[in-house]
Amino acid sequence: MAFQILLNVFLAFIWMFLRNEYNGSAFLVGYFFGLMIILGFRRFFGSRFYMLRVFAVFSLLCIFLRELILSNISVLRVVLKPKLNMRPGIFALETELTKDWEITILANLITLTPGTLVVDISPDNKTLYVHAMDIADVDEAIRDIKGSFEKAIMEVSK
Amino acid sequence: MAEIFKFIAGCLILIGAFLSLVSAFGIIRLPDVYTRNHAASKSSTLGIMSILIGTFIYFFLEHGHFNSRILLGVVFIFITAPVAGHIISRAAYNTGVKLWDKSVLDDLKQAHDRIPSEQKDQ
Repeated sequence: MAFQILLNVFLAFIWMFLRNEYNGSAFLVGYFFGLMIILGFRRFFGSRFYMLRVFAVFSLLCIFLRELILSNISVLRVVLKPKLNMRPGIFALETELTKDWEITILANLITLTPGTLVVDISPDNKTLYVHAMDIADVDEAIRDIKGSFEKAIMEVSK
Repeated sequence: MAEIFKFIAGCLILIGAFLSLVSAFGIIRLPDVYTRNHAASKSSTLGIMSILIGTFIYFFLEHGHFNSRILLGVVFIFITAPVAGHIISRAAYNTGVKLWDKSVLDDLKQAHDRIPSEQKDQ
């Protein structure tokens, strides 16, 4: 992916030299044409077309922000409720992600999810121990959410 | 147009102050370290972020001053706050702080009991 971006910047510079115009708009035009060239020649690269990964990162960012707002609403509800009747607990969560940065992002996402907080990660990087605010009803729903998070992170690293 | 955005900035700052207040209430009210950590790591993150974004919008419209350090501050808080929450709760667990009304504590406890015995065997 980094190689494709570097190649695209290089093509934009070549465009600037061909036009003999050295400013931002010439760079952007050259970058656009370089993008088209890379799109045309994408079957010669080892990885996939890099704009797909840029979109995946963007959608992951949107998920982050949405979960942050939802989790704040749920914390608000728990704190301002007159009676404390939640039942906290720690449950184990198996993950299929292997690389360190993927697990870091997954742990950050889980921490920002409504009602969950990562307490520990097992030494073999296979299990996340998550503290949940309310074990009873959240447990299954959270597993579904985690499926979508893991899928979004895999989409980035594919 | 500028008035509308000033109104939005004021709303963001008020929401941020309210969320910080709620997170302080949560730290007082909730029973143990882990649930308090929920309140501290989530509400105060979004609270500070929205206060900073409101400040950014106000200075951008009122004085035409694009302060990129505020945006960097938003990004840094967004990245570091969940990590801090994780580290605090992990340190609390490893030093043996008890949970409150526990229902499914067993998962991490089993793992903790298993690791020292395996090390003893080797």
